Amino acid sequence: MFQFWSDYFRKNGLTLGLFLLLSVAIWMLVMIVLPQLYMLDFSFRANVPPPQWGTDSHVYTFEHYQYLIYGNVNSTDAFNYIDLGVFGRTILASVFVTLIDVCLCYPVAYYLAHVAKGGWGRLMVMSLIVPFWVNELLRAFSFKVMFGASGVVNNVLVGIGILDQPYDFIRENVALYSGLCYAYILLMIFPIYNAIESLDKNQIEAARDLGSPWWRIHWRIVIPHAKPGITSGCTMVFMLTAGALAAPQILGGPSSLWFTQLVYKWFNNSANWARGSAYALVLLIACIVFVLLMMRIFKVRLGEIAR
Amino acid sequence: MSADVQLQDVWIRFGDFVAARDVNIHIKDGEFFSFLGPSGCGKTTLLRAVSGFLSPSQGEVLIGGKNMSGIGPNKRPTALIFQNLALFPLMTVWENIAFALEVKGMSKAARRKRADELLDLIALPGQGDKMVNELSGGQKQRVAIARALAAEPDVLLLDEPLSALDLKLRQHMRTELRAIQERVGITFIYITHDQGEALTMSDNVAVMSQGVIEQVAGGNQIYDSPETAFVASFVGENNYFAGTVRELNNGLAVVDTPSGVLAARAVSRNDKEQLSVGDEAYVFIRPESLRFSQQQELDNVLSGVVERQEFEGNFWQVYLRVDGSARIVTLSMVNDGHSVGYEVGSRVQVGCGSDLAVALPQGPMAAE
Ligand SMILES: Nc1ncnc2c1ncn2[C@@H]1O[C@H](COP(=O)(O)OP(=O)(O)O)[C@@H](O)[C@H]1O
Ligand SMILES: [Mg+2]
Repeated sequence: MFQFWSDYFRKNGLTLGLFLLLSVAIWMLVMIVLPQLYMLDFSFRANVPPPQWGTDSHVYTFEHYQYLIYGNVNSTDAFNYIDLGVFGRTILASVFVTLIDVCLCYPVAYYLAHVAKGGWGRLMVMSLIVPFWVNELLRAFSFKVMFGASGVVNNVLVGIGILDQPYDFIRENVALYSGLCYAYILLMIFPIYNAIESLDKNQIEAARDLGSPWWRIHWRIVIPHAKPGITSGCTMVFMLTAGALAAPQILGGPSSLWFTQLVYKWFNNSANWARGSAYALVLLIACIVFVLLMMRIFKVRLGEIAR
Repeated sequence: MSADVQLQDVWIRFGDFVAARDVNIHIKDGEFFSFLGPSGCGKTTLLRAVSGFLSPSQGEVLIGGKNMSGIGPNKRPTALIFQNLALFPLMTVWENIAFALEVKGMSKAARRKRADELLDLIALPGQGDKMVNELSGGQKQRVAIARALAAEPDVLLLDEPLSALDLKLRQHMRTELRAIQERVGITFIYITHDQGEALTMSDNVAVMSQGVIEQVAGGNQIYDSPETAFVASFVGENNYFAGTVRELNNGLAVVDTPSGVLAARAVSRNDKEQLSVGDEAYVFIRPESLRFSQQQELDNVLSGVVERQEFEGNFWQVYLRVDGSARIVTLSMVNDGHSVGYEVGSRVQVGCGSDLAVALPQGPMAAE
């Protein structure tokens, strides 16, 4: 440890070293740690109007967490099936979206990294990036139009005779999942692309030369090599999907709620910041635990995904 | 099992660039065959055509008499050892070696057993559970060989496998490779730009230049009777003198050069290129073929001035400025315990018998 710091200061000099250290520390503190600590503190306090914050009536309490679990701040007789259901569905749907994204992005990333050459590859990368210049809201609304009863998807499917009558993609959440899958696709493709690109092509050829069919080459050579990239892509997509708000708000069917919509409701409509904080923190912690668990299962170390 | 390999009228083009030009070679089964040539001459490209990663633009590759066109690398009876080895770094040593068996669906216990046998063969017993990166360069080299042998190929292809090793290890591995080849008895096709490797290990050597096979022959044949100017200048050291053929009789050419009249064996790779009177030719004389001569008893005599001399331990290297030649001529002499005895700047006469000189049609030389 001491060695590390003395090396650090020798390399950067005292002034620059201190400056870098301080700016990172301030960044961490102001942008990341403090706001979250505020939320944490809030979530354990009674919901009182802002003028009374910090006064005696702003007491510590577990009631918001209790509400999430039991649906009632006073009794523990029945579970809060509605909110817990939304919570479970959000996690599950996010897993589902993440899985679809991996399946879609791995082949694309492999193609970009090892098959596409020069100009063609760059063109593909551009055509992946440019659509994301369109902002999130516009994209969500355009999906809504596209999947609507008289949208292009229904028109085509009915037109070529696959469907007799327009299908309600919005109600069945097809639009929602499509939107969510598309929303963070770049965050899946690029880490995988980076990982695969660093794989020595000769290893693939060596495996082929030893008689391996293509699927075993992927299973034994490419995927193990790309695992850190796949994990980092999955982590980001999962976290962002579980925390998405705009897409569920706009594309979600009338009967389906995303957990973030509950958080939003507490903060905004019900002006209950304390309960909103509690809900948001539960989501955050659940996501972190889930991700760490998955990394454990797939034997990926935290350091690897930052490569 | 072992198989012969035939390349018939093989051309390989990348766009307008010709990487292999009309290659015709028959590699007999069980042979240790080398392709020798400067880097960029198309050796790897030819090897990839044999292993199936690339199909010739024209012509055929036959392995064991079977036409290989349309058969992918995973279906050919060949195994390739890559220039950079391409071991799988995320697998243990034994998993690397057993990969071909895993592909064949062999059980884990059987795989492990076979891997251990191969580890014994390459003199790395008990190292199976290490990761590849824990091995030294020479050990990795041997693991790559074992991994290829595990596939039980009829033909083993080696792409400059020793180039990454240091000199001592390289020389040791030469002997070892040859020993392994004799033990397993399969055909080895070996690629190298190092003539020492090619000459010491191979039964036959093909010397290549710019996609063309210049000569195929045994090592001493290549050295003693090069068939083109490129081979003569690429393999070993050589002095050469340009001139015009004055006379030809019984395979002996008499060539007029600015340094004097030189008599030499006339050699060519085919009848079409055979020298005839009046042709421009090169006369090649190896440094070790030249010796000092006071009298005129030798067929070929050159006179010049000693420019400098170097003591190499087992021999002396003498550099001469020969009359009529712009190039410095080298002469090497076995160190027999006596000093050379010629002062720098002194005028001397050197020469050799006509049997030690080779006359060839003029053509491109190897880069210095
Ligand atoms: N895929 C390719 N596309 C275009 N040119 C290539 C390709 N592969 C090899 N070449 C060219 O063919 C020539 C021979 O290459 P190579 O067989 O690798 O040489 P060597 O192994 O003898 O050093 C080189 O000039 C190289 O640039
Ligand atoms: Mg090469």
